[in-house]
Amino acid sequence: MNPMQQLTELFQYGFMVRAFWAGLIVAIIAPLIGSFLVVRRLSLIADTLSHVALTGVAIGLLLGINPLITTIICTVVTAYIIEELRSNERISAESVLAMILPGGLAMALILISLANGFNTSLITYLFGSITAVTQQDLWIIFGLGIGIVVIFILFYREFMYTSFDEESARTSGIPVKLINHIFMILIALTVSVAMKVVGALLIGALMVIPVITAMQMVQGFKKSITTSVGVAFISVTTGLIVSYYANLPAGATIVMTSISLFALISIIKRI
Amino acid sequence: MGTIVPPVIEIKNLSFSYGAEQILTNVNCKIDVGGYVGIVGHNGSGKSTLLKLILGILKPNKGKVYLFGKDNSHSIEWSKIGYVSQKAGISISHVPITVEEVVKMEKVSDQAVDETLASVDMVKFKHKLLRELSGGQQQRIFIARALVKKPQLLILDEPTVGVDVKTQETFYELLSRLNIEQNITLLLVSHDLHTISHKVKTVIQLDRKTYPYNLTSCSVNHIHEPYAAAH
Repeated sequence: MNPMQQLTELFQYGFMVRAFWAGLIVAIIAPLIGSFLVVRRLSLIADTLSHVALTGVAIGLLLGINPLITTIICTVVTAYIIEELRSNERISAESVLAMILPGGLAMALILISLANGFNTSLITYLFGSITAVTQQDLWIIFGLGIGIVVIFILFYREFMYTSFDEESARTSGIPVKLINHIFMILIALTVSVAMKVVGALLIGALMVIPVITAMQMVQGFKKSITTSVGVAFISVTTGLIVSYYANLPAGATIVMTSISLFALISIIKRI
Repeated sequence: MGTIVPPVIEIKNLSFSYGAEQILTNVNCKIDVGGYVGIVGHNGSGKSTLLKLILGILKPNKGKVYLFGKDNSHSIEWSKIGYVSQKAGISISHVPITVEEVVKMEKVSDQAVDETLASVDMVKFKHKLLRELSGGQQQRIFIARALVKKPQLLILDEPTVGVDVKTQETFYELLSRLNIEQNITLLLVSHDLHTISHKVKTVIQLDRKTYPYNLTSCSVNHIHEPYAAAH
């Protein structure tokens, strides 16, 4: 069987087709949102929300509801709380995240111990699984993905100004508090959407690594965003294909592919 | 009969405290069109607090601030105000953002960007990365961003921190030019009384340790020799 036939064979499986669609959407939205996380030096927010997402998964499994739905509710509510605490200025952003990150994990562990029997399912969400993306998941991911891209485009200038210089953005008439809340909700939704593909523990990497890779390659912030989507796309497709044929975990393979690309570009830029 | 132009900034009986700590007490100030005013004071003297009160970011315990004749607690005409934040350059060192992208954070046309960059002598750097410029050049770009919407009032918070003396000179020349040629009212906040007092037309000195609170009150449009007055 030649390589082309092998690739065609890959798409004969419904779960692989769904995984690729979901991966493609994640490859677009993760670096879009990640670009502003890198500017704000708040990459840890993605990791924090991904740990809170585990609580959402645990609640979903416990109640017998699609965990993606409970995850979205949990992460969005937490994103709102984080922004309220962060903007308060009495507690630093780092301290807020340092409290909520283990809090999310702790709550998930308590829920697991309260109802034994879904540990295996939870591991799927921790590390991602290409076989775990259901048709219902795909529709939700598709709908949220389009929503995130549309909001990103509509509020691009506001997100940019607020991320780079919050005080000046305010004097430009931008409702900074509202924009920050919208941005936090977009992070929450992105984490929820990406969790099935790359896993909760690896989402932060996909939001940040393609962005810092692209920032080494081009001159201009907008160009770095479009390039980072390309880098994420290569990482996700290569990672999914390699994981399928080498029988490796998809999320880990995607992240290692993106780190390899980062290393490659770093070396080329230094030669 | 000509219309009466309201002061650009008018502060009436303004007091502010953080909890039990009184920061500003009964401040009165009036800055007219074309004013060039420096607010000076050491760290913790209330400079930044006063600026935040003027911009409506903080709410006073007592008193009012009027911008262009309108109570700033009701609404602020942001299109008339340009602001250069002290933190403007913090997030740029690790991001490949171009000069053009910085100025276009304001919602303006390409032509306006070019014209404004030309007015601060930075048009040839339009496609350069901001992080490749010197501190003084970066400050000019942030001023360009504040100027691009053609404000009547330009507020600068510690504009020369980290900028060498020679660059400071050309920087103050630029501000004087904006003040004289374009009649833009300027308000500078700085800890550097010595430099500021030789550059601006009027100085407001905030110093809670040296002066009793009620002497932070001023009517700045009547003070013409501020450096002498402050000493």
